[in-house]
Amino acid sequence: MKPRKQRMILVAVIFSGVILASSLVLLSLSENMMYFYSPTQVKKGEVPPEAVIRVGGLVVEGSVERDSNSLDVQFKLTDTVEIVSVAYRGILPDLFREGQGIVAIGKLNNDGAIRADTVLAKHDENYMPPEVADALKTAAEGGAFPMPETHNVN
Amino acid sequence: MIPEIGNFALITALCLALIQGIVPLIGAARYNTGLMAVAAPAARLQFLCLSVSFICLTWAFIAKDFSVLYVANNSNSLLPLQYRISAVWGSHEGSLLLWALILGGWTIAVSFFSKSLPINLSSRVLAVLGLVSVGFLLFLLTTSNPFIRLLPAAAEGNDLNPLLQDPGLILHPPMLYMGYVGLAVPFAFAIAALLQGRVDATWSRWSRPWTLVAWVFLTLGISLGSWWAYYELGWGGWWFWDPVENASFMPWLVATALLHSLAVTEQRNTFKSWTLLLSILGFSLSLLGTFLVRSGVLVSVHAFATDPTRGVFILAFLAVVIGGALTLFAWRAGDIISLGKFSALSRETLLLGNNVLLLTACATILIGTIYPIIYTALGAGSLSIGAPFFNFWFVLIMLPLVLLLGFGPFTHWRKDTVSRLGPKLIKTILFSALLTLAFVLFAFGPASFAVTLSIGLAVWVIASSFTLLKNRTQNDKNVLQRLRGVPLAFFGMLTAHIGVGIFIIGVTAVSVYEESETVRLAVGESYTLAKKRFQLTKLETVRGPNYKGQRATIDIYDGERLVSSQYPEKRFYHSSSQPMTEAGIDAGLFRDIYVSLGEALPDGAWAVRLNYKPYVRWIWLGTLLMALGGLLSALDRRYRKKPSPADTLQKGAV
Repeated sequence: MKPRKQRMILVAVIFSGVILASSLVLLSLSENMMYFYSPTQVKKGEVPPEAVIRVGGLVVEGSVERDSNSLDVQFKLTDTVEIVSVAYRGILPDLFREGQGIVAIGKLNNDGAIRADTVLAKHDENYMPPEVADALKTAAEGGAFPMPETHNVN
Repeated sequence: MIPEIGNFALITALCLALIQGIVPLIGAARYNTGLMAVAAPAARLQFLCLSVSFICLTWAFIAKDFSVLYVANNSNSLLPLQYRISAVWGSHEGSLLLWALILGGWTIAVSFFSKSLPINLSSRVLAVLGLVSVGFLLFLLTTSNPFIRLLPAAAEGNDLNPLLQDPGLILHPPMLYMGYVGLAVPFAFAIAALLQGRVDATWSRWSRPWTLVAWVFLTLGISLGSWWAYYELGWGGWWFWDPVENASFMPWLVATALLHSLAVTEQRNTFKSWTLLLSILGFSLSLLGTFLVRSGVLVSVHAFATDPTRGVFILAFLAVVIGGALTLFAWRAGDIISLGKFSALSRETLLLGNNVLLLTACATILIGTIYPIIYTALGAGSLSIGAPFFNFWFVLIMLPLVLLLGFGPFTHWRKDTVSRLGPKLIKTILFSALLTLAFVLFAFGPASFAVTLSIGLAVWVIASSFTLLKNRTQNDKNVLQRLRGVPLAFFGMLTAHIGVGIFIIGVTAVSVYEESETVRLAVGESYTLAKKRFQLTKLETVRGPNYKGQRATIDIYDGERLVSSQYPEKRFYHSSSQPMTEAGIDAGLFRDIYVSLGEALPDGAWAVRLNYKPYVRWIWLGTLLMALGGLLSALDRRYRKKPSPADTLQKGAV
């Protein structure tokens, strides 16, 4: 009887450990989720304040403005329905171009513009190196490219 | 004509794979030696056909045959020869063909080295490998045939993705595939063992070197990928927790667990079902990885939409392989009895801890990798999981693993006591603590608790490995002679464990003490980072065979002394007009200085990224040592000796 009881206790301990660990993992998973929003959703006010989000769309032709003294850059993103402005500081990816689909990761400012920490550009080949693959994945996940109107994220 | 020969060879290979997969299994079930003997020649012929097919595709690339769709999509008449060859596996179809070829290669290696195995085991192993090959060749022929013609032929090809035009990328995919596919061998051994309902020490002695070699390739493949990303992507990252990377890392974690579990099965005749399960899991994850990456499920959900047959085939194949193997496991694992008993403190327990922790890490990464896919597939929207999730959990799970790692090799099998271990290790523990303190104080300056802990664990792993070596060779006047008596596998273990320590130091140092800045520089201007002055002295235009670009000269000064001149480039490839960043790296054992060109600014200045990366080389030095360790272990004498009569007897008993 005794070894059996021991085993029961062991099983209970392991079981509760697994439950505890997996709930902790799931909790931190939910904290690290970055949801994708289209410019339309941003305009509708669906983005929660302070949340790190990903916004994807096509870079509006002629909208890229470089500051002449710093590395600040501003551009506009569209899903062909709505337009949002994005502010970024630093180097834009090699594949960033006007008219091209890109994804910006950052927070929504009070003035309705996105303050991006990262800008990702879509890649057109199917063998992807890690970082670029991520970019393509994000872009494709957004579903906004190449036909933004066919994919509406609810 | 040549592509048609390739296609025909591929179809013949499929037929041979069917024979290799079915006939020996029937033979083994009926104890018919004649049928079982079909396996080896079928495997060899299949490999021959696959080689012919692969050579034909390579020929199409070398001869610039743009009437083949795959060649036209991935090559260009201006592409240099070495990249025309590596373009063979530069995209989906060709890389699947490489996969099949490598599987064929592993299979004939098994057929040549398994002559001393009982024929019912060896023929079953070959048959299972044949069945895996059937799946892949069907996939190739039905959904991803690289020999499809393009009529009328294209006048010019699309060019290979410029990111892939790099020596690192010539080697990275074949290495990684050698690892991925190599895990098919322990998988086949596991299935064969389940079919015959028996696992013994001989079986693990056979399975382990194959696992080791596959693991070595996987380690090298992942390291090459990380190194390539570091110097080619232009901003000095070396690991991104990207789904594509995770897909290769998960099988690595399981294969690492499997190596340790196989050691227990081999030495102690226990953990048997567990070892079998890990063998199945390792290959399942490598299949999942290959397919997720290759099918575009991970990279782009649209791959399902553009070619639904591929996605459906993939899911079906995964379901058959994983489902079938697990069903067989559930059905037969009960027959596999583990003999060894062990107490709460023993090497078995610590190795069990190793396995549990590695699998937990793998499960966590799996959740973070596939959750976004499932979420998107359910149509609930789109999300991605940030790197902090992976960093936090992976490091948290690795800390106890590394702590245990130092103790593991000191403990006795079966039963050990703290009172025995304590005095043996107290000196090493104190020494590690002192060394850590010195290291943290003098090498890095101010260090947080986390940094101290992680460096401390790394030092502990390295110090305990050396203590182990010392214990093994002391009490003897002639150290050299004593060293010669130590088995190669023991050195392998030490080397790999020291590699883990080196790796941790590299990761910790570069993550915490890296300095990096993106600045605006015009010719003649300079910027100071990490006590070095970076001066942009020249900008010029350069031309390559299929690109032209801008090259900067950046001089790096330490005080007044010129440390190094770097020549980062921004290239524009003619055919795709994609810009590419070529970083300038001054590499050193204790630090890398890394500069790359961002983008040209309107007034002629450039946005330049400057990085100072301490100890970054230790990351790859560590993984190289791990791979070397694996190789040394695989070369150990005990894996080369023929099974003795005693082993055969033991087999009957189990």
